[in-house]
Amino acid sequence: MKTIKLTDLAKTIRSKNAGTDKITFDIIFREKANYELVKNSGLLNKENIASLYGISEDRLSDFVEFDPAYAIKFTIYRKEPSGSPGDADIFGSQQYSPLLDIEIPVND
Amino acid sequence: MTGKSLRFICPNGHLGFAPSKRESFEIGAKTRPDFYCCDSGSSDIGPGPLGGDYSASPYEWQKHDLEMLLVAARNQGAPMIIGSAGDTGTKSRVDLYVQTIKDLAKKHNLAPFKLAYFYSDVPKDYLKNKINRGETIAGLDGRKNLTLEELEQTDRIVAVAGIHPYIKALEMEADVIIGGRSSDIAIFAAPAIKAGFPESLSYYMGKTLECASFCAEPYGAKESVIGEITAEDVKVTAMSPYQRCTVASVAGHAMYERSNPYFEYVAGGMIDMTNCNYEQYAEKTCRITGPVFVPVKGKVKVKLEGSGKVGERFVGIAGVRDPYTIKHIDKVLDWARDQVKERFGEKGYELYYNVYGKNGVMGEMEPLKESSCHELCIVCQGVAPTKEMAEEITMTGTRQIFYARLPEVKGTAGTAAFSFDEVLPASAAFKWTINHTVSVDDPMELFDVHLIEVKEGKS
Repeated sequence: MKTIKLTDLAKTIRSKNAGTDKITFDIIFREKANYELVKNSGLLNKENIASLYGISEDRLSDFVEFDPAYAIKFTIYRKEPSGSPGDADIFGSQQYSPLLDIEIPVND
Repeated sequence: MTGKSLRFICPNGHLGFAPSKRESFEIGAKTRPDFYCCDSGSSDIGPGPLGGDYSASPYEWQKHDLEMLLVAARNQGAPMIIGSAGDTGTKSRVDLYVQTIKDLAKKHNLAPFKLAYFYSDVPKDYLKNKINRGETIAGLDGRKNLTLEELEQTDRIVAVAGIHPYIKALEMEADVIIGGRSSDIAIFAAPAIKAGFPESLSYYMGKTLECASFCAEPYGAKESVIGEITAEDVKVTAMSPYQRCTVASVAGHAMYERSNPYFEYVAGGMIDMTNCNYEQYAEKTCRITGPVFVPVKGKVKVKLEGSGKVGERFVGIAGVRDPYTIKHIDKVLDWARDQVKERFGEKGYELYYNVYGKNGVMGEMEPLKESSCHELCIVCQGVAPTKEMAEEITMTGTRQIFYARLPEVKGTAGTAAFSFDEVLPASAAFKWTINHTVSVDDPMELFDVHLIEVKEGKS
């Protein structure tokens, strides 16, 4: 089956602190059709995200499909609070890149 | 209700972090909003500013926005509300902003006005006594309840105010309010609730406006937006000529920096946005209906933020170009770590490496395990009780990358490149020690509102 990368379907893919102990990820679509395509693919779920980032599933605090904004959102617990010595991303703003290349199956 | 609607302008999601854009603010100010509101706080900047009691931004940027807001608000005769003064909302930052307002009043020869301010600092003993009495300081975001040991490791604590001290300040008829650490929502919600508008819409409006133009599109920070509240709805309008508030941008903003887009917690309750309805009201305006406010059952819970010093810190930087060394970079760093251990033992300091070109940004969450880069940049951080020790640890941890012993390395005259052969003093390392809530009988027990008359101007 043909696939399209998530980056080619979504308008926004971002990550950012949600408080001091969590990083939240937003995948936002401009078109309802693309949102539904990704949502219905079932590929974005807690299990796959945990596997992509190499973390245990209990590190995910939230996973939400947010229809009003055509968005899929999930949140992870940090291992250490933001800005602890050694933290390389105190805003949590550069953690989304692995999502860009997720292949979403599409009908030919 | 005192009127059919109230209008609020917000020029910046974090006053001082980067200067507000003047053009969209002036367009908004010309429409004579009822309130000029802006939050100045964030925990994004890390635990250093709170722990070390300093601002994360240059004073000139803070002054720029305070001046822009004060002059417009006083010329119009509308109240101005600033929350979380100077990033952290500690006493020293509130005092800094209060002094800045006084200085600006003099500079612009403003007519006398009333200035209210409050502090959010929480004494350690206040929490210690509570814990000793068996009260719970409940952990947020997966944290356990606060222990005396964690409290001991904390240098400075602030409570995040809800609407309560702002309503008190408005009751005192303040023209300008400088708040200690606060919920960014509260500075908008308080005047609306005091005027009799529904709590649900008042808090929702705060949630939408608190980051200024982040609720508009296309993306562009530090532009003004105006929110209008009525008994039935909230309308939010972009002031910048190139931006609009759309259903997508406003609904999308409900997610921003929140772990869940449906629920938002403040001191006194929770805003449930599950049934929010968004519609395009005009070209640049989105209308929102349907938020629900669920008041807290029992005592009000106030969020606490605390930061504690880990140690003094130095930073070293090394570059690696040799492909064999890059391939074995983990062994190189193990060598350098071992050299630090030989000198300082296992404990009593911290040593960190960020390896840019490998997994410097994402660390253990990086899915690409092998570096395909032809060069690496290694940032070494050493943290220790004294500056001298931190410097020596960092120097050892950085320079030993140069002396790494790899069996087949060709370059035996140094396995690292230095753009300067020194390590640099950095700000002290801190850690967020407290992200908890405390239950209070009276939400005002943590906040003391003061009122002064600023007369340095025309009087």
